[in-house]
Amino acid sequence: MFSDELLKYDWDEVTARIASKTEADARRALRKPHCDWDDFLALVSPAAAPLLEEMAALSRHYTRERFGKTVSMYIPMYITNSCTNSCVYCGFNRHNKFDRVVLTPDQIRGECEAIKELGPFENLLLVTGENPRVAGVEYLEEALRVCRPYFANLTIEVMPLKAEEYGRLTRSGLNGVVCFQETYHRERYKTYHPAGMKSNFEWRVNGFDRMGQAGVHKIGMGVLIGLEDWRTDAAMMALHLRYLRKRYWRTRYSVNFPRMRPAAGGFQPNVVMSDRELAQLTFAFRIFDHDVDLSFSTRERPDFRDNILTLGATSLSAGSKTDPGGYRTYPRSLEQFAVSDERTPAEVAAAVRARGYEAVWKDWDKVFD
Amino acid sequence: MEKLTIGGTDFASRLFVGTGKFSSNAVMAEAVAASGSELVTVALKRLDAENSAEDDMLRHVLRPGVRLLPNTSGARDAREAVLAAQLAREAFETDFIKLEIHPDPKYLLPDPVETLKATGELAKLGFIVMPYIQADPVLCKRLEEAGTAAVMPLGAPIGTNKGIVVRDLLEIIIEESRVPVVVDAGLGAPSHAALAMEMGADAVLVNTAIAVAGDPAAMARAFAKAVEAGREAYEAGLGGISRVAAASSPLTSFLND
Repeated sequence: MFSDELLKYDWDEVTARIASKTEADARRALRKPHCDWDDFLALVSPAAAPLLEEMAALSRHYTRERFGKTVSMYIPMYITNSCTNSCVYCGFNRHNKFDRVVLTPDQIRGECEAIKELGPFENLLLVTGENPRVAGVEYLEEALRVCRPYFANLTIEVMPLKAEEYGRLTRSGLNGVVCFQETYHRERYKTYHPAGMKSNFEWRVNGFDRMGQAGVHKIGMGVLIGLEDWRTDAAMMALHLRYLRKRYWRTRYSVNFPRMRPAAGGFQPNVVMSDRELAQLTFAFRIFDHDVDLSFSTRERPDFRDNILTLGATSLSAGSKTDPGGYRTYPRSLEQFAVSDERTPAEVAAAVRARGYEAVWKDWDKVFD
Repeated sequence: MEKLTIGGTDFASRLFVGTGKFSSNAVMAEAVAASGSELVTVALKRLDAENSAEDDMLRHVLRPGVRLLPNTSGARDAREAVLAAQLAREAFETDFIKLEIHPDPKYLLPDPVETLKATGELAKLGFIVMPYIQADPVLCKRLEEAGTAAVMPLGAPIGTNKGIVVRDLLEIIIEESRVPVVVDAGLGAPSHAALAMEMGADAVLVNTAIAVAGDPAAMARAFAKAVEAGREAYEAGLGGISRVAAASSPLTSFLND
């Protein structure tokens, strides 16, 4: 399990190792056909900042080689904001007072229809808070069954499950699982996630092994930028990604590094990442892993998304509502976070085309489930 | 140099050698000694397994610090290979087995289906399995799952001395593998072996290029130096080559902060 592997890496040592990297180290990484983890440390280090232009060119080269001039489109559907966790940065924190919603199968069907009116989406990301008592595996299974006729590819972002539960959902038409570790800093993790199931670092970080063992087709990983030193968190995620790839080699992977946005509850980010740094991190991941899907949600601004899609990004969401029922059932309930890109899916697709790229809506078929 | 571990055994030398095709057992023994190799493969079919103590080839191979790697050359399917491996273990008292299954007698290309099957069976029987295979990255992952101790992809068809003709595939195997990667077959010159090591292969196995050289012992020494140099270069971190030309107009000018 990855928690054992992670014990071999001391957070402060890795942080110091990144800080000690030189521009020459980063240059060497750019000249290698296959970068190892140490090269990744050089690429995310402050010393690599002057090489951003070279990194962009190489990232674009690898992205075009593997993905062509396409970007995959997806949309999230929040089906409940009921949550037993008290993550200090999240609007769904159980201490935040607002009416919690758990969509019924009929309401989920209504959301599906509303999304289909927004655009020709085939990739759906089903998102929940973490409350297994009201939205457990049976509920997810029912939600998948309702959504299946509307979408070719179904991904969930929910609480970490047992391997057999991932297996069961995969047999019910589940294609992918997204789970954000948020931070790999074992001790500080507890201060951000003080209560609920999510406070168990090991259970969450080993969830990815369980997904791999269950044969989940696609695994999405993520660190939340704004908690700890982003370079160290990204380095730990890169380590985790390579660990998973070597073991669960039939699975596809995506990585996400959302920058924290203002949310109800008033938590302010500990670290702020600039656009240049976000670009550097994106290029570093592409150079480190040519195949990984790099996903950018509507948290990011339109101009950033339009540019990054030609340099390394491979999937974009559009038209997103981050509140349960937001597409039809409850048009104005509380959001998990505020979106920055409020363009319609058609507008985003037009912007993608204007860059000479194709917005791909469907790249999966039920026949492969 | 970092030491190499296969099946719980450490090796200081990353050059493995074969014992076929030499003009005499005496020449072979001299070359093996000159190579400094600690793992030497011998075809079961060449040996007298029933009277191993009296076998001339074996007497020439065995010396302190040298471990025997019996191979199943001649086996055409998994069943034959498993039988040969069991016979070899009994006769030579080693769990190491180089799995070679080539039903095609002309090019001696390994059969991936039978090799995967035999690897699973032999791993269950406690063997330290080192299968000779095509440079097929997916097969390597399947062999890992079957319990292989290492993978031995070819650099070029056996005996051709062509070097690394499947470079891109070997690079993928080296990048993705969780077990040692030993480049086997096709290495015709010390520079080929050095290249394999520079690419990050864990070891190489050389036979024909040494056996048919004008001076096999001298060639074995040359290979030993090349393997060492290539590994040192890999560990030192190669400079690499420039991979993309600079863009004519800046790609990152949209970034403000």
